[in-house]
Parts: sequence; C-alpha cells; structure tokens
Amino acid sequence: MLELDKNTFEAEVLKAEGKILVDFYGDGCVPCAALMPHVHAFAETYGDKIKFCALNTTKARRLAISQKILGLPVIAIYENGEMIDSCVKEDATAENVEAMIKKYA
Amino acid sequence: MSKVYDVIILGAGPAGLAAGLYAGRSRLSTLIIEKGQDGGQIAITDEIENYPGQMVEGESGPSLIARMTEQAKKFGAERCSDVIKSVDLTGEVKKLVGNKGEYEAKCVIVATGAFPKPIGCENEGKFTGKGISFCATCDASFFEDFEVYVVGGGDSAVEEAMYLTKFARKVTIIHRRNELRAAKSIQEKAFANPKIAFLWDSVVVKVDGDDLLSSMTVKNVKTGELTEITADEDDGLFGLFGFIGYNPNSQLFEGVLDMENGYIKTDENMHTNIPGVFAAGDIRVKSLRQVVTAAADGAIAAMQAEHFISNH
Repeated sequence: MLELDKNTFEAEVLKAEGKILVDFYGDGCVPCAALMPHVHAFAETYGDKIKFCALNTTKARRLAISQKILGLPVIAIYENGEMIDSCVKEDATAENVEAMIKKYA
Repeated sequence: MSKVYDVIILGAGPAGLAAGLYAGRSRLSTLIIEKGQDGGQIAITDEIENYPGQMVEGESGPSLIARMTEQAKKFGAERCSDVIKSVDLTGEVKKLVGNKGEYEAKCVIVATGAFPKPIGCENEGKFTGKGISFCATCDASFFEDFEVYVVGGGDSAVEEAMYLTKFARKVTIIHRRNELRAAKSIQEKAFANPKIAFLWDSVVVKVDGDDLLSSMTVKNVKTGELTEITADEDDGLFGLFGFIGYNPNSQLFEGVLDMENGYIKTDENMHTNIPGVFAAGDIRVKSLRQVVTAAADGAIAAMQAEHFISNH
C-alpha cells in the first residue's frame, strides 16, 4: 500500500498509468479502520494488477472534496485520471470491495 | 462440518460483546459473528457519558467498545466477520448460513441491533456520502468551516450537533417539533452553545446539488411553507446529518421470531418464541435502548443460554 498525501496524489493517481485503487480514510473514522486490514490483504492478492494506495482525508480535506468525496469510507478505482468506480460508506464492505477489485484486476 | 458451538452471538455491539463475555466466562464455547465493525451504533458515537463508570477523560464510543471487545476475547469468545444470509433455528442444533460458511450452535443470541433511519427526503440516496451522513465521527472533519444541518431532536441528534460544532462554523438543528426530546442536561449545553441554531417545526423534503449537496427544501409542518436553503456561495456545499432514530436489523428473522414493529419480542429473560434462541439489546421490544441496557440484556441472555444447555 502506497500512502499518499495532498502533494503526491496527482502524480501517483491522476497522472499515473494503469488502474489504481485509493482507500480514502480519515482520523477517527471507525468503519475506515475496520475496513483497512481487508484492503491491505487485497493489496497482497491483487497488487500485481492494480496499484493500491491510501489517502488520509483528514490531512487532505480539500483534495478529497475536489474528488467529490464528503463521506467515508470510500474505496475508489481510478484510470486515466478519472474515478471509474467506487464503494462508499455502507456499501464499502470487504466483500463488495473485493468484488469491485475483481472487475478490474 | 464445522464444530457445534454452545452459543453463537449475532452482532458485536454492547449486547453481543457483553453476552460473549458472560458466555466465555461460563466456559461455553462461544462465537461472535459481526458483519461490519465492532460496536454497532456506539462505534460511530463520539461521546458516551451515561454508561455507569464511564468517566474516562476523552473516552469515545470506539475506545469503550475496544475495551469490551478485548474483555470478551480475554474470556475465550471467538470472533468472526461474516454476513448471515439465512437461519434455521427450529432444530436442536441451530444452523446459520453466511457468505463465508455455515455455522452451528446449540443456542443463538440475536444482538443485531438497529441502523440509522434515513432522513426520508427526495434524492437522499444520491447524496449519501456526498453531503448527507449518519456518522459524525466519520465525516465531521470534511465540514471544517462549512455549515452543517442536523436532523433530529433526541439525545443523539443534540450530542452529535455539539460534536459537529468542533468542526463546522455553524450547526443548525432541524426538528419537526417545537421543542427538543433530548435529556435536559444535554439541551442546556446545546442552548448555551453559540454555534448552534434551531429550525423548529421543520422537516427536510428534498436535497439537491451538482455532485455534492448544495441545496435543500425544508417544510414547516405547521404552516406547510417551503423554504429553500442553499449553500453559501464561497462554500458551494453544506453537510446534512441525520439522527432521527433507528430501524431494527431483524429482516433475517421475519416469520421466524415473534416481532412487534420489526423488534423481536422476548420475556424478561431474553427468551424468544423459539427455545434456545435469545435476543438482546436494541433489537428487542423494550422501553429504553441504551448501552447499559444492551449490556445487561447480553449478560442475561448468556446466562439463560447456559441454563438452557445444562438442562438439555
């Protein structure tokens, strides 16, 4: 998992090649913390096909809002600088996230 | 086939974890199955100030629940993360089928709790996670220096509104009556908070915006008058948090367990209509749904499960 910040997001996600998964989380977000170990496990399994990244939105609030994110957790897939799919809030269960990853892996 | 547990507990909120602690201490083989994160509703609650003994400075729902989880584990309760899809509770061995596997037990304690009620306005689904939220601890920091609206008038609505004032520049509580239902001590704090405003006798009927929530229509329930609220131009968005109560998580047991308005009926010892099946916590028909009453239910259910097993 590549930990992003507001300075590296553009280069590592928006301008990067291939498919990129971003785990948007935040300080104090319990559902995010509960989901994260699953995402780390998926990174082990699918990391050769999709680049796995994480962004702490508490430290990059404006960036998150620019990505139309106002609620956590969000697990999103990016390609060619665009968010092409996402699992948001209650839908961001380990199972749904893995199903989404499989679509693009 | 997997092992037959003495007790399977569905749900790892205060009721399920207390049941796990008591069952584990009674040396029952115990499995707690949770579909999401531990804690249920209190996992997303910032402040818990009415759980007896809970006076730890800075304690939040998640930190309290983390200790409950630790305690249940210490006494041997196993944990597993799965979504149960169907149940067969009629036989001597109760069978539960989840996405990851099948589970069997002599007793089942249903502690599946409740989930937040939707606000009930037009376009709500489209803006959930795009300005509408039911989790202040998850999403409050997005609204630093923005305006936020809170729907509801009970304890959790007012407490969460106060939590949100740590981030938002202004928090307006929209309530369908002209007075709050929250405990007086909570109300006093809210009225004294200069960042909190009130919109009485009002309900949100519609939300809108481009990608993010930036306008809504509020209806005065007494006059029928509709008011359009739009985001400050510089902000371009605002937050809308719903805390108007809960719906029981009991769909799995429809037609299986006796219910009243979706809540499971039990006697005072947590017995449902099926022998060996108990219910505990917010899922139950009861007069007070609090952490302390959920934990108490869990303890009783676990001890009744032990009686049931030793008598069969």
